Amino acid sequence: MGQMSKKNYSYTFLIPAALIYGILFLLPTILSFFFSMTWWTLTDWEFIGFENFMTFFKEPSLKIGFKNTLLYAFLTSGLKVVFGLLLGTFLSSKIKTKGFLRSMIFFPNLLSNVAVGIAFASMMHPSKGIINAGLSAIGIKGPDWLGDPRIALLSVILVDVWRGVGIATVIYIAGIMSIPRQYYEALMIDGGNKWQSFLHITVPLSRPAMNTVIILSLIGGLRSFDLVWVLTKGGPGFTTDLLASIVYKQYSAGFYGLSTAGNVMLFIAVAIIAFPLYMFLTKSEVDL
Amino acid sequence: MSKKHIISLLVCIIMLVGIVAGCSSKTSTDSNTNSNEPDVTTPAEQNDETNETADETSDTPAEPVTVSLLIDNQAELSGIEAVIDAIEEKFNISTEIDLRPGGDESDNVVKTRLATGDMADLCFYNSGSLFMALNPPEHFVDLTDEPYMDTIDESFKLTVTVDGRVYGIPSGTAIAGAWLYNKKIYEELGLSIPKTWEQLMDNCEQIKEAGITPVLASYRDSWTAQLILLADYYNVHAQLPTFAEDYTANKAKFSTTPIALRGFEKLQEVHTRGFLNQDFLATTYEDALKMLAEGEGAHYPMLSFALPVIAENYPDKIDDIGLFAQPGDSEDTYGLTVWMPGGVYLNKHSEHVDALKKWAEFYVSREGIDVYMSAQKPQGPFAIKGIELPDDVWPAVKDTTAYFDAGNTAPALEFISPLKGPNLPQICVEVGSGITSPKAGAEAYDADVEKQAKQLNLPGW
Repeated sequence: MGQMSKKNYSYTFLIPAALIYGILFLLPTILSFFFSMTWWTLTDWEFIGFENFMTFFKEPSLKIGFKNTLLYAFLTSGLKVVFGLLLGTFLSSKIKTKGFLRSMIFFPNLLSNVAVGIAFASMMHPSKGIINAGLSAIGIKGPDWLGDPRIALLSVILVDVWRGVGIATVIYIAGIMSIPRQYYEALMIDGGNKWQSFLHITVPLSRPAMNTVIILSLIGGLRSFDLVWVLTKGGPGFTTDLLASIVYKQYSAGFYGLSTAGNVMLFIAVAIIAFPLYMFLTKSEVDL
Repeated sequence: MSKKHIISLLVCIIMLVGIVAGCSSKTSTDSNTNSNEPDVTTPAEQNDETNETADETSDTPAEPVTVSLLIDNQAELSGIEAVIDAIEEKFNISTEIDLRPGGDESDNVVKTRLATGDMADLCFYNSGSLFMALNPPEHFVDLTDEPYMDTIDESFKLTVTVDGRVYGIPSGTAIAGAWLYNKKIYEELGLSIPKTWEQLMDNCEQIKEAGITPVLASYRDSWTAQLILLADYYNVHAQLPTFAEDYTANKAKFSTTPIALRGFEKLQEVHTRGFLNQDFLATTYEDALKMLAEGEGAHYPMLSFALPVIAENYPDKIDDIGLFAQPGDSEDTYGLTVWMPGGVYLNKHSEHVDALKKWAEFYVSREGIDVYMSAQKPQGPFAIKGIELPDDVWPAVKDTTAYFDAGNTAPALEFISPLKGPNLPQICVEVGSGITSPKAGAEAYDADVEKQAKQLNLPGW
């Protein structure tokens, strides 16, 4: 038994997993790169080069789609980072109803996006919805949350943050709990106050948690689809269309090659944003 | 090789075989679904016998066969169910109804099920452009030579014909794309049926002054936003009879043909003149029907398939609802844009094709239609020759048939051209709510249509 067979020995164990991964993940990915360059009817195809990509770029709604997707991803991610940190700090302090509050914050995560969407769509109805009914009770005329093209996307973003902030909070709590007590004690001995302990210990030392939250919510935001589809279907008109909903509409119209091209572009966009960001974030982490 | 090596190798082989076996058994079920329907309860051999005996003696009830039927969940089913019961009694063919979502998602479900070989035996689906996009010869039984084909209306046949072969039978009645209106409001205000767009706008102005919403819009369900544009096609056709042909051949565009552009302009005009209900972007189809029936709104541009919904939810109000065609700019050309019935298509890969053919034959026979009408009131004329509607139909249906009797009808554009851009609902919402101008909307739609034409591989694009 030489050096080679010893090496190969461990690889044999990888074969089953590699096959499953290859057939179910790698193969479709490679095929999608191919089919994105074809005119495709599911039964028949013809190679047409980059024409699908050209058509996709000429799509008037695509510009809105790209802008909306970036806005959606960065805004939901940013809000989750801020609210998650605040809630996480609050919920890892010594308060009595900690357990109850933690479950409350996490609860929306257990609901399906579709259920959340349907509930919010009815609550955000401009005249019959509970939100505007509440607002009018205190004398404010609420806007048409999902129908006004200027704020429809923001409404969807708020719902997404409401639903997703629980996960961010839980990650932050885990991060904050793992900060050794000694740092806080040292700061107290030096005469520091609560605000300083938050700013100079909690924030920098929960960086790993923050990075996880940023990456998770950013990627989640970039490929987000279900919530916006249930709430507005990309409407009114195209004002809340995201890349994923544009791709879905192309698919349901039967433009299979075109929608595959859209997915490839979504893949590239996510990769371009996520990889450098990940590198940057992990580099600037502080060791405990 | 040591024992360990051999064991690990064996484990690997077993796992591999497991995967391959898993895959292959999956593919074999897939290919099964291609040829047989999974819902079928009778064993295959028995069915073959059934079909043979059924061929020889078609009148005596044969061995039981179960076929599946895919239909959208918004369709009114009582008529179809009555026919299904009659068919089971007569031919011993029982039918299992398989519901699919309607509206925006319906294309998705039908196309995906066709592509994966999972289509039901009978498929209820639109005729016209949506049907053409399914690549019918690949999936459905050619019905051209069936004996009953002579009784089917020619204009319907055109909407289910590909390369000279007919692939479907009408699934129900023809309906109108028109303005439903509340007759009580018209009576109270002493208004008369408008024959031009200008008269219609004057009526709306008077209704608005009376404190009633003149035009109902339900753009939360974006498909409903298309009605004013699509129902204007009679006027386009009257002025430019060759528009459909030129449009399909890439020689005419919505944005550059003034009469076609009028549809987009009308869509915007009802908004800019303040005729729409409050919150029209949050209003749904059901909301709008309720408002129309209860007299909160005077007009609702809609397809007349809304009538059974009104009849079911507001039975005492259905007699208040009338219908008139969307008028053009001149009284000389006044007529109704008609939606052909949807089609029933027979799955070519079903193992019960003979039973399906009998099913279809009964469905369009006079007996079948009588059974249908005994359970469900018609929404318009049937696309079958020699069928008269009873006298007790709803007033709006009488209004519809009057246009047919006078010969003032034209099928909607989507029935004579395979082109209908998939983004039209959203574009119409944009134009109808003032986000974009009619001209820009028409240009966006032309670009949308171009994609559709390329996907269909039409000549000239």
